[in-house]
Amino acid sequence: MTIPALPLPPSRGQDWRKWRQGLFGTPLNTVITLLTLGFLALVIPPFIRWALIDATWVGTSDDCKAGTGACWAFVTTKINFILYAFYPPALHWRPMVVAVLLLGLLAFTALPRSWHPATILLWIAVPVICWILLAGTAIGPTVPSNQWGGLPITLLVAMVCFAVAIPLAIGLALARQSNMGGLRTLAIIFIEVMRGTPMVAILYVAMLILPMMIPNGQLIDKIGRAMILIALFWSAYVAEVVRAGLQAIPNGQYEAAKALGLGYWRIVGLVILPQAMRMVIPAMVNLAIGFLLATSLLAVIGVFDLLNAAKNSTIDPNWLGFYDEAYFVAATIYFVICIIGSRYSLWLEQYLRRPA
Amino acid sequence: MTITAEPGLPRPGLLAKIQTWWGPRPLAQALLVFGAILLFWWFGSNTLETMAKAGIVPGFGFLSRSANFEIGEAMIPYSSADTYSRAILVGLLNTIKVAILGCVFATILGVTLGVARLSGNLLLAGIVRWYVEIIRNTPLLLQLFFWSALTKALPAPRQAISVGDGAFLSNRGIFVPGLIVENVSGLGWLAILASIVAGIVAIVLLKRRDKLLLKTVLFILLGVVAVSGLALALTGTTTRFEVPALAGFNIRGGYNLSPEFAALLTGLIVKFSAAISEIVRAGIESVDRGQWEAARALGLHNGTIMRLVVLPQALRVITPLITSSYLDLTKDSSLAVAIGYPDLVNVINTTANTTGQALEALAILIGVYLTLNLSVSALMNQYNRRVAMRGMGMR
Repeated sequence: MTIPALPLPPSRGQDWRKWRQGLFGTPLNTVITLLTLGFLALVIPPFIRWALIDATWVGTSDDCKAGTGACWAFVTTKINFILYAFYPPALHWRPMVVAVLLLGLLAFTALPRSWHPATILLWIAVPVICWILLAGTAIGPTVPSNQWGGLPITLLVAMVCFAVAIPLAIGLALARQSNMGGLRTLAIIFIEVMRGTPMVAILYVAMLILPMMIPNGQLIDKIGRAMILIALFWSAYVAEVVRAGLQAIPNGQYEAAKALGLGYWRIVGLVILPQAMRMVIPAMVNLAIGFLLATSLLAVIGVFDLLNAAKNSTIDPNWLGFYDEAYFVAATIYFVICIIGSRYSLWLEQYLRRPA
Repeated sequence: MTITAEPGLPRPGLLAKIQTWWGPRPLAQALLVFGAILLFWWFGSNTLETMAKAGIVPGFGFLSRSANFEIGEAMIPYSSADTYSRAILVGLLNTIKVAILGCVFATILGVTLGVARLSGNLLLAGIVRWYVEIIRNTPLLLQLFFWSALTKALPAPRQAISVGDGAFLSNRGIFVPGLIVENVSGLGWLAILASIVAGIVAIVLLKRRDKLLLKTVLFILLGVVAVSGLALALTGTTTRFEVPALAGFNIRGGYNLSPEFAALLTGLIVKFSAAISEIVRAGIESVDRGQWEAARALGLHNGTIMRLVVLPQALRVITPLITSSYLDLTKDSSLAVAIGYPDLVNVINTTANTTGQALEALAILIGVYLTLNLSVSALMNQYNRRVAMRGMGMR
């Protein structure tokens, strides 16, 4: 066990020295390096052989069964199904536009330049446009929501629920921090119940109980029901992050604002929240990544999100059992989105640390 | 940010205390709380109405009816003639089983990976880093589907892949050597329970007196195990160590982990070992470098520094985080329902579908998880209160 070295910026000339030190610095280190290399030699060549050398790139499932490697022919055949599930193939441009719109909105929001109130309007407008586009309300032919699926649904549910959860969460966090016992108790009960329950249970509540709780509740479609409860569920998690931000604001800020004669809502809205939210943005991004991954739980209640579409692409009788490839593609899509998100979060921390 | 009460001395009396706690705007708050209750009452009455339309009698009476469904694996004897409450208990025990094993193995693997990440060997640290990145940035459910497909694609028992000499991987499950304990009498169970309680009491008492050393804890644990073993031997329990072996068309002996259980356990271990390795790394790196340097100046060796100086401080960061990881693991074990392992959620789901008593069934489910979560949170808060301030010159 060596001491973790001080993170000094390595100069160019010392780069090779750092590597030599890190790989062969001590006898023990050399042994570890050799053992690790041996392990890699066991793992990597078979994978390369499976993925590239022995892979079947074009053909039918029989060609794939004859080969021993990966079946990328399956992926090229099924990629539309994995991305859009049961959406009518003739109208695939719609979910494609939706996915592009949503990813574009994410990219736009990621730029600190676009953090102003008008962006909130975009977050309301874009999901509505996406919903209309998927349903085909104005442009026909209409597509019922049980045929929606794939990546656009994963993105839509994750983004809309997160966007709805944030204002709810701010309210919950303020309630939990307030000096009003009744309000505080309500907020604590809600947050702790939500945080203590597995998401699967929440989805079952959406499926089985929500239709019973509201008159004509069965008229809300499955995706809508799930979204209502997921937004409530996530708001509890976001509330705890917001609360951490509120607690990090020194009391002097509050006292100074009070001394200026501001009322509670002005103090919170103009002084406390802007600082608190700025502090928790990186944590929020990490939370959002977790939420995007958690959206895959929709598969449990039979919504055809990206993961469920990938799973169901493997039970086509013509292409039976290529689950390695299907999961590989789905995992890659999730991984790319999330790794960009986590790198962005790291960059953001640096960016926000700059003196304003 | 807390809004402090008006300055001045606190007034005495219970009523004043309650008033202070309730805070300003008492009427508006009362209305709000009343509104929340009203909303739930409205939800409830709607639910009852819908149930009445469907001809379902609300209440927990169904628990004593016979379940009429099979459960793939159970730790206690169960047949489809048993009651719903027993079926739910079977599910709960299955959840507890996978959660405990998952926590233990995820910790072992996670600590190993965390240490590997800190080893100073660039290659090993890099590999662990990529492992963690890949595991963290793909959905757990996807990983579970993958493991589930993998365990189903294993060869039949006749062609089972053998690991070493005593473990087999096959599509009927995974077979590992194990200790088989049979004919445990009620007296034996009592003895085990008594020795565990005695062990806990001893630990609590020693902790009160601040005489708790790691050696003592290990000694107490060994004592509990020894007493339990002795009690079992005296009450006529037979134990034997079995190694699985191929017999006819199946493998017999040892422990048989069903494919679903093996897939779920593997998925949970892999996912949470990545999380725990990051927690361990962050905890050890949170200890200031000056601590290492000061300890080295005293002439201590690296191992000693780690054990006596760094770890005790790192544990303050690690313990709360790892506890919340354990809770997450337990909650995520509910994904079992998607790969067919009969855990609590799976059984509750079947119950809700067969009886139509969705509200009651889900109330039981949420109640169980909440109880677990709140009790662990309470313990954790106590730990934080005791430990967070230690060594800062205040007790």
